Amino acid sequence: MSEVVLLRTGTANLASVAAALRRAGAEVRLSDSADDAAGAERLVLPGVGAFGAVVEQIDALGLRSSLVERITAGRPTLAICLGLQVLAAGSEESPGADGLGVIPAKATALPPDVRSPQLGWNRVTASSRCNLLCDGVAYYANSYKLDAIPDGWDGALTDHGGRFVAAVERGPVLACQFHPELSGAWGQGLVERWLEAV
Amino acid sequence: MLLPRVIPCLDVKNGRVVKGVNFQGLRDAGDPVELAAAYADQNADELVILDVSATPEGRGHALEVVRAVREVLPLPLTVGGGVREVADAEALLEAGADKVATNTAAVARPALLDELAGRFGCQCTILALDAARSGDGWEVVVRSGRDRTGRDALAWAVEAVDRGAGEILLTSWDRDGTGSGYDLELLAAMRDAVGVPIIASGGADGPGHMAEALAAGADAVLAATIFHDGHTTVADLKAELAGLGVEVRR
Repeated sequence: MSEVVLLRTGTANLASVAAALRRAGAEVRLSDSADDAAGAERLVLPGVGAFGAVVEQIDALGLRSSLVERITAGRPTLAICLGLQVLAAGSEESPGADGLGVIPAKATALPPDVRSPQLGWNRVTASSRCNLLCDGVAYYANSYKLDAIPDGWDGALTDHGGRFVAAVERGPVLACQFHPELSGAWGQGLVERWLEAV
Repeated sequence: MLLPRVIPCLDVKNGRVVKGVNFQGLRDAGDPVELAAAYADQNADELVILDVSATPEGRGHALEVVRAVREVLPLPLTVGGGVREVADAEALLEAGADKVATNTAAVARPALLDELAGRFGCQCTILALDAARSGDGWEVVVRSGRDRTGRDALAWAVEAVDRGAGEILLTSWDRDGTGSGYDLELLAAMRDAVGVPIIASGGADGPGHMAEALAAGADAVLAATIFHDGHTTVADLKAELAGLGVEVRR
């Protein structure tokens, strides 16, 4: 089974992600090096914390261009939670902080009339064009969101005070607002499909 | 729409589950790993581990428990007990917790909540609040109910959320262990007071109590005894909740 590099960008729930990958049969290696971010056969970009802090850490480690290049080139990459939002150009959470800009959008806050953070299980409704994603129920922990599936990507939506992006995929690049590693058997299945995706 | 969570809770002391566990088919009823895997198979939505160890050695065992449970558990894991500093939370998160709960230490030093939320985010920062009825309201109790603080539970929750707590694990000290149902008035008052998710705890004896708590404003329901004693499984209980009209993850 292939090696997966799990990117250490600061305060993420690395142990949960690593355990899910191991349960799926992968060998997991933690790294924060730009060489690994560029060269890893499979890369996971986890994300917990604040948008500004994570992009600052990405820049401090010199990972920005490696990440942009591998995602643009369609190399196997799994981004989780804040990892999805970091693909966008920016976020209301941290005005002035530049995301990777792979997705030309800005992350916005959940509306004020719903529970925020959204902590819990919510639906995933996948477009029929998706290869990795399918309908299910997943565990989310987010206060910000992407509002629409970007052009050139397929994806899934959820609804919490309005519809927003549950996940997007483009070839073997998968970016989830929810936490597949915490989403029970359904999430484990998604991790397994991503590990096979080429 | 967010689905309500059903959350089994393991009280762990020196690395062993201490509340009476009476599952059929477990090789070792005190093994938190075996219990965690069983609850995951039963479609639990989250697991809470409360470390009730009183010694540093016991705390060390708790980290081992979190590591071992993490390997088998594909669900969110909240861990509480003994979190006094950011470093305590960091150790638990590195071991495999997704969220950390703090109780007595946050009452003693509320800035702990700001520190945890600033470092790990509010979605990771859980306030465990033990409340006891007092006059027309509820007061905060700490040190496992040994100390009454005289502090208004609702006001403390509002302050805690303001400081960064992203969720409240709300235990009714009057109902805990009684099986007489959650304190619904407390839940409704807390629902009015704060906008973050509330986990109801203390008093559940079955799906009826859980449905009531969810209707009163809880986002999640926690129980220990009714799951540990083996009379019901999480899966059966969720089926009963569905029968009561509560939409749950099956």
